[in-house]
Amino acid sequence: MNVIQKLFRSSLGKKTIMAITGILLFGFVIVHMLGNLQIFLGADVINTYAAFLKSKPALLWVARIGLLVLVGLHIGSAVQLSRQNRAARPIPYGDAKHPGASYASRTMLMSGLIVLAFIIYHLLHFTVAVPGVNLLGASAQLPNGDFLQLKDATGHQDVFRMLVLGFSNVWVSGFYIVGMALLCMHLSHGISSLFQSLGIRQHFCGQCLDRLAMLLAAIIFIGNSSIPIAILLGYGR
Amino acid sequence: MNLTLKVWRQKSANSPGRFQDHTARNVMPDMSFLEMLDVVNEELAERGEEPIAFDSDCREGICGACSLVINGIPHGGNAGTATCQLHMRHFHDGQTITIEPWRARAFPPVKDLVVDRSAFDRIIQSGGFVSVNTGGTPDANALPIPKVDQELAMDAAACIGCGACVAACKNASAMLFVAAKVQHLALLPQGKVEANRRVLSMVEAMDAEGFGACSVTGSCEAVCPKQISLDFISRMNRDYLKA
Ligand code: HEM
Ligand code: SF4
Ligand code: FES
Repeated sequence: MNVIQKLFRSSLGKKTIMAITGILLFGFVIVHMLGNLQIFLGADVINTYAAFLKSKPALLWVARIGLLVLVGLHIGSAVQLSRQNRAARPIPYGDAKHPGASYASRTMLMSGLIVLAFIIYHLLHFTVAVPGVNLLGASAQLPNGDFLQLKDATGHQDVFRMLVLGFSNVWVSGFYIVGMALLCMHLSHGISSLFQSLGIRQHFCGQCLDRLAMLLAAIIFIGNSSIPIAILLGYGR
Repeated sequence: MNLTLKVWRQKSANSPGRFQDHTARNVMPDMSFLEMLDVVNEELAERGEEPIAFDSDCREGICGACSLVINGIPHGGNAGTATCQLHMRHFHDGQTITIEPWRARAFPPVKDLVVDRSAFDRIIQSGGFVSVNTGGTPDANALPIPKVDQELAMDAAACIGCGACVAACKNASAMLFVAAKVQHLALLPQGKVEANRRVLSMVEAMDAEGFGACSVTGSCEAVCPKQISLDFISRMNRDYLKA
């Protein structure tokens, strides 16, 4: 059997795809979070950082397409596996219990799909910056309600003000925090589970992996949610 | 004590099943769960009713025949024991107990609480063996095997093929069973020769039988009467990817 067949046909292969794409996406989430946290270093720092990223369009597009492929493979395998799993038990139990299984581990598809909805909104909100979705409308601070027209003194796009204005809306901030909570739940199982999918769990203690996953997931949640929360509490306004 | 049993009754594979209430009277705490069902069945037979069909054989936790999902947990939820080793002292007077068969597409119903587990046999047939001519028994210690590997292989070999792992898994996945059956051979020199071929064909057979995939929830490990570890699944994944 060749490698491609093994990866795309068998249940084990699909789990390998989930694990590899999952760990790479997790790596992206960490780097992205560190980038975002520069907001706490002031407007200059984060605006310069954003301008730096924008100044490398080739790199930016390679990363974007790479991420799209990762998400596509991850979701593709997730949907196929979930269908196989559902079909494997046609008659449900009258009294269904789940000994030993955490809530997060049983709801990976659901948490994943909500994270997907969040990602789509997030892209429309800050990346494509569709004016309609920021729920702010036009104002003196925000002409036409369009984030892309915000410029700082040096002519760079004013990402700092975009974030401050964007998160000043309670509903938007709330949805970001919910999205992060679901991502946190997804990762609290996923980061531990991927060790098994990759066949290296036996070298670690199982409980330590579960704890590590929860710790990393919590860091993602706290790190990212701190931004909307700080802004709602008045940071930058 | 007296108990109400909510038992899944199903005449045959093709007829629809449903829960039916039965009463177990004068149950002694020292009875095993299966003895309790025997008593109920005697009463049913005396009244000319159809006894409850369920699987059992050794009744000492070594054959893997007994099954039963008891109050939602395969083998009843006592760590490291099969249904035949479950005693009635874990229940209290007046309790209602739900009893269901293993539920999985790959384990089609036969009658009442009996399901057809021959999917496991077909997985074993696909590679769960060692192809050597059995000559005389080799001398003990003629073939040195590291202690760690011996122990691991023995742990995996403890699997009695009951199928509780499938029954407990939200995906009805057979990964724990297949991993145990792959690993108890792959860890030993006699089994290593065919290790690659074995893991590839057993995984293929597993998928073909219609079991689900592994979501690493850990339910299988929690209910396994032989407490087979999730680590064996990880080892199998590694061997599969290497093969
Ligand atoms: C930033 C985004 C995401 C990250 C970092 C991520 C990460 C992970 C990781 C590390 C795993 C564990 C893989 C394994 O067990 O080997 C996983 C599993 C899973 N992910 Fe994601 N994921 C993300 C988005 C999504 C999305 C959008 C979906 C939507 C369908 C999704 C659905 C799933 C499912 C269903 C599983 C469990 C598969 C199974 O065990 O059967 N994930 N994810
Ligand atoms: S792994 Fe455990 S639960 Fe599964 S068949 Fe073997 S003994 Fe039964
Ligand atoms: S009857 Fe043999 S293991 Fe229970």
